[in-house]
Amino acid sequence: MDLTLKIWRQATASEKGKFVEYQVQNISADASFLEMLDVLNEELVRKGEDPVAFDHDCREGICGACSLYINGRPHGPDKGITTCQMHMRRFKDGETIVIEPWRAKPFPVIKDLMVDRTAFDEIIQAGGYVSINTGGVPDANAIPIPKRDADTAMDAAACIGCGACVAACKNASAMLFVAAKVSQFAVLPQGKIEARERVQNMVAKMDELGFGNCTNTYACEAECPKEISVSHIARMNREYLSAKLVSQKE
Amino acid sequence: MTKLDAKIPQGPLAEKWTNYKAHQNLVNPSNKRRLDIIVVGTGLAGASAAASFGEMGFNVKVFGIHDSPRRAHSIAAQGGINAAKNYPNDGDSIYRLFYDTIKGGDYRAREGNVYRLAEVSNNIIDQCVAQGVPFAREYGGLLDNRSFGGAQVSRTFYARGQTGQQLLLGAYSALSKEIKKGSVKMFMRREMLELVVIEGRARGIIVRNLITGEIERHSAHAVVIATGGYGNVFFLSTNAMASNGSAAWKVYKKGAFFGNPSFTQIHPTCIPVHGDYQSKLTLMSESLRNDGRIWVPKHKEDAEKIQKGKLKPTEIPEDRRDYYLERRYPAFGNLVPRDVASRAAKERCDAGYGVGSTGLAVYLDFEDAIKRLGKHVIEARYGNLFQMYEKIVDENPYETPMMIYPAVHYTMGGIWVDYELQTTIPGLFAAGEANFSDHGANRLGASALMQGLSDGYFVLPYTIQNYLADQIRVPRFETKLPEFEEAEKAARERIEKLLSINGTDTVDTFHRRLGLIMWDHVGMGRNKEGLEKAIKMIQELRAEFWKNVRVPGKNEMVNPELEKALRLADYMELGELMARDALLREESCGGHFREEHQTEEGEALRDDENFTYVSAWEYTGDDKEPKLNKEPLVFEFIEVKQRNYK
Repeated sequence: MDLTLKIWRQATASEKGKFVEYQVQNISADASFLEMLDVLNEELVRKGEDPVAFDHDCREGICGACSLYINGRPHGPDKGITTCQMHMRRFKDGETIVIEPWRAKPFPVIKDLMVDRTAFDEIIQAGGYVSINTGGVPDANAIPIPKRDADTAMDAAACIGCGACVAACKNASAMLFVAAKVSQFAVLPQGKIEARERVQNMVAKMDELGFGNCTNTYACEAECPKEISVSHIARMNREYLSAKLVSQKE
Repeated sequence: MTKLDAKIPQGPLAEKWTNYKAHQNLVNPSNKRRLDIIVVGTGLAGASAAASFGEMGFNVKVFGIHDSPRRAHSIAAQGGINAAKNYPNDGDSIYRLFYDTIKGGDYRAREGNVYRLAEVSNNIIDQCVAQGVPFAREYGGLLDNRSFGGAQVSRTFYARGQTGQQLLLGAYSALSKEIKKGSVKMFMRREMLELVVIEGRARGIIVRNLITGEIERHSAHAVVIATGGYGNVFFLSTNAMASNGSAAWKVYKKGAFFGNPSFTQIHPTCIPVHGDYQSKLTLMSESLRNDGRIWVPKHKEDAEKIQKGKLKPTEIPEDRRDYYLERRYPAFGNLVPRDVASRAAKERCDAGYGVGSTGLAVYLDFEDAIKRLGKHVIEARYGNLFQMYEKIVDENPYETPMMIYPAVHYTMGGIWVDYELQTTIPGLFAAGEANFSDHGANRLGASALMQGLSDGYFVLPYTIQNYLADQIRVPRFETKLPEFEEAEKAARERIEKLLSINGTDTVDTFHRRLGLIMWDHVGMGRNKEGLEKAIKMIQELRAEFWKNVRVPGKNEMVNPELEKALRLADYMELGELMARDALLREESCGGHFREEHQTEEGEALRDDENFTYVSAWEYTGDDKEPKLNKEPLVFEFIEVKQRNYK
């Protein structure tokens, strides 16, 4: 198939960006979206032009590196997948596709379609862990965990940290990302011990980094490639509230 | 050959590691603060090592090529992690895990190392559960297990089809905790370009900042390489796009020996190749072989009709199907080790029984399992894998069998290390897939995660102290030293050279060509003539690459083409060493199949008399042939036998 691509080009973080139009020909319907971009880049290199920079790595939907708006939607039009899992059969011959980087203040553009998501690392560093050291831990079966709790924890832990939730949100809120981590630990006995501090520290860090507030539009859930439920946000809100109340009492 | 001392501790197998720990040197807490460790790589091995070093009180600098440690390719491991917990009470033990691993590796791994791996496997599961890793559980609240290839017990712990992700996020959370504490400093989007050796010891690295292009110098008392494997030398593999062998290759060129470079794992269950634009291959977890049955048509005419699209697999009746793994290996059936399953698939396809439009595919069928267990059970076990398959192939595996074919997945070969995971350069350690140590000639499924975390959480934190104990009086290193100067100069010259060629072909064009040479001649079936040809072809391609590659842009910018070119330049050399190693090893073992050496039934035929050794290659200069060193493998505790999965 032949396609017209409108791609956001921006040389560096400080320079102004703009859309540039490209044509690609003879793209196989079985190619993945990023393979289509590979084809474009090979052509650009041959022509002596600067190839389009974009983040990608595993190309099987798990590393969370790819991060594109395709026609205005994070990871493209299909539900429950990342950009790298999008295949060209999803598009029509002759279509024009608009490709942009994540747009959110805490994710500044590095170049073209690449953004800086270290803010997510900082949120995890604020408390997204259980404070135990290597060794000296109990046997893995010492604490039975109800299957439904383990499953809920896994549902939340499936987050790949891609940032689509932030990109989808009109407020650039990171609530779903933070809630997924808070929720994972909140339902597990191993995580409960530090639950109060964790939720407060992570939320404080999220606010400090300039992520917006949640106004319950659920766009995050709709665009999450791992379909993480907003019910985790509800759990985080409960955790946060009770943590605040308890710490005020103390 | 004093250099090649594996340093296996004395004593009975089960006591070696305990003895080692009891007698090794340690560093006291106040001295730990004065010692710096560099860890390159943030996958399971790197992240777990860096976090553990930080917890112990060392100053750690950790480097990774991604934007976040969480994106390292360990994340993509699907199926699970082995441990000898024997929770299902099905006869497992440390000894049995050790034995299965040695046997699975076709008797080309060290007894001492593998026993230790099996021994600490249980600690890993405890550790991960304590971190909040949400492993699958039974209704009673205890951990669930499933089985993997090469084992007759169920010892694989898993978190849906995302076990690697959950284990990596566990290690990443431990790392994040240490970063917050200040014991670990993180340097992401950095790629290691050179190792710095001072007076024979590893003392630092040169890295390129992938955003600014800045070349940075970092010093330390010890350096750990945990940068994964080099499967991308084949261009198409299940590895991530940026996975590369450059750090391993750079330390080889600084004097670290390279062990068994030809030992490559070709994974039997991957989505088949479908077009020349393809950038990577996707693995379908081995766990699928628990319930899926592998078959091809029994009759060639059916296979031909299928290839032409005139017949559907669901239209072929039971008696016209050949479940060739169940037929050839009744004892292990569909759960034979990966190398055996891959070769059996190739054998059927080469004989003309393959399916799909290319004839290079076999079926993995869930019809029986769905009938037996119900669709909901299969969905709960493999739902995300089925979805992944459907997205790529556009067919519904609940209704029609999956098509699979072998693809490059893992490299058992790697940097040679001794029992302490130390390379032949003092102060330089290698962990995880980057080292060669534990899997022999074939790795069993769910053992890569085990080895990465074993090295990082439970081996290196001990063994590195044995080295650092006599470094406590060594002051921190200035990066102004001439050794740093020289290493940086070498890196800059390589970059400038690549940028100045300005030829006509892209990096990927060359990489695809290299991949084809490797796949055709250094892949699943190897022979003398092909390997000799491959060496010549790689040399010619390398010369052409350095004359005609086009790398656009400059160093001082985000330049993915330059990154790829630097990695490919190393693959062009590493590929040749792989072919040399394969040529030298005149036997078949595990994933290394020399067509000249097979039994009448087409099984791998080892030559224990002449090849019970690790080939450890030593760099001697760019235009010189590498020197072969041999580390004899001594089997004191188990009997070396022909592998039998029948």
